[in-house]
Amino acid sequence: MMNHIDVSSVLRQTLACDLYSNLVTRTTGAAVRTQIEQLVSESRERALTVIDFSQVSMIDFSCADEIVAKLLMRYASDDAPQNAYFLFRGVSDDHWDAIETVLERHGLALALEDDGRVRVVGVLTDDERRAWEATYRIGPADADEVAFATGSDTAHAREALDALCRRRLVMQVDGHYVAVGDRHG
Amino acid sequence: MTHVITVPPSLDDFSFEQVLEQVAKLPDDAKLLVDARHARWASPYGLTALLALAQTRAERPTLAVPELEETLSYWARAAFFQHAESVYDLTGSYPKRRDAGESNVLLEITPIAKSDDVHDVVGRVQEQAQRIIKTELKLESKAIIGFAMTLSEICQNIIEHAGRGGWVAVQSYRWTKRLGRRVVVIAVCDAGLGFRRSLESMPGHLPSARWDDAAALEEAVIRGVSRFRDRGRGQGLAGARNYVGRWNGKLSVRSGTARISIVPSWDDDVPLAEGLSPFPGAQVQVIIPEAVPGGGSER
Repeated sequence: MMNHIDVSSVLRQTLACDLYSNLVTRTTGAAVRTQIEQLVSESRERALTVIDFSQVSMIDFSCADEIVAKLLMRYASDDAPQNAYFLFRGVSDDHWDAIETVLERHGLALALEDDGRVRVVGVLTDDERRAWEATYRIGPADADEVAFATGSDTAHAREALDALCRRRLVMQVDGHYVAVGDRHG
Repeated sequence: MTHVITVPPSLDDFSFEQVLEQVAKLPDDAKLLVDARHARWASPYGLTALLALAQTRAERPTLAVPELEETLSYWARAAFFQHAESVYDLTGSYPKRRDAGESNVLLEITPIAKSDDVHDVVGRVQEQAQRIIKTELKLESKAIIGFAMTLSEICQNIIEHAGRGGWVAVQSYRWTKRLGRRVVVIAVCDAGLGFRRSLESMPGHLPSARWDDAAALEEAVIRGVSRFRDRGRGQGLAGARNYVGRWNGKLSVRSGTARISIVPSWDDDVPLAEGLSPFPGAQVQVIIPEAVPGGGSER
């Protein structure tokens, strides 16, 4: 199941105002994230949610920290409210500085859809990045297949894939690893 | 007894120190007459700092407005008198309404007290900032979003840390005297807690052997320390610092008795000025200069 959240719509609902299309201030960011969490909580277990920035003019550091960083950290934590995954869409160069800064600050990474392709951005180990790219390329796979694709051993590949699962960048579906954004997910 | 504080003819971040030096000698409850009659020019910093100065006084001060017609007209266009009326008793004749003539004021003086104010400021400045940054400063379009982000973060500093409202103003002008190029200037001034007191309110804060306004500014501006435990805090000023570095601009933050600056090659300011006359709150200025012809942004 895939949910779609248009961040600019959430912003307008949050501020009860049509005039603003900028994601600025920590207060606004916290309110928008709360609303996103509410929408995510309404979906079933293991939900993939597209967070769409297409209609957002700009986002500042404080808002990116509240919306992007805190959302990712909450659902990647041991006490995550549910098994949720996020795919970010419509992130332009105008948004990227703020988002990249908060990802680096917190050591986070996210799946980003760009021109119909998905890639992971942010802070990842080389093993994690290779494992994610292999999983995305070959589709649902087990650790042996990912190990083969990355030229590593199974234990190494499984370790990277499990780390990616904890970081909500890879899902486990019917015993296979599936990259977030993969059409099989 | 009323004490006369003379406003220098050209009022900017440096010459405002002359105002503070005069005020520092007086008790907080002394009655002030801030004499701006001979002022001819004021930067956004000068105007917003004058407003913040009034907030620091126990007794409502009086301001004698400039005598020069041209100065009055500019100060009116910058909405100075509109806000000064709320914190000063004004003497002298001044325009009650802002004329809508050609202006290099990107954002007239605007109070900042809550999150919505920042939305309003960023929204209002975006379109004009785009025109000025691209066509007048000749910077890449990437500089536009960074400008709005910097403006937003500096304004938020008031909401998060000052404990009271402040003011922001944005203006572009040709800075003939110091640079010989066009600049766009953001000034954000408040008379609130200031950096040292804000950081002292951090849970478990242990002041170092050398703990003063300068140390607090170094912590906040250079090391991105915030009074909040949250790791995500403190990115705003760091972002502003990166932005001015990228576009060869200048960031200066004054608080209490110190001022810290990120100084570009075109300026001869000191990185850290200590022992200044005390002024509560925080006063921030960002200057982004026009790109050097043929030299990009002189990076």
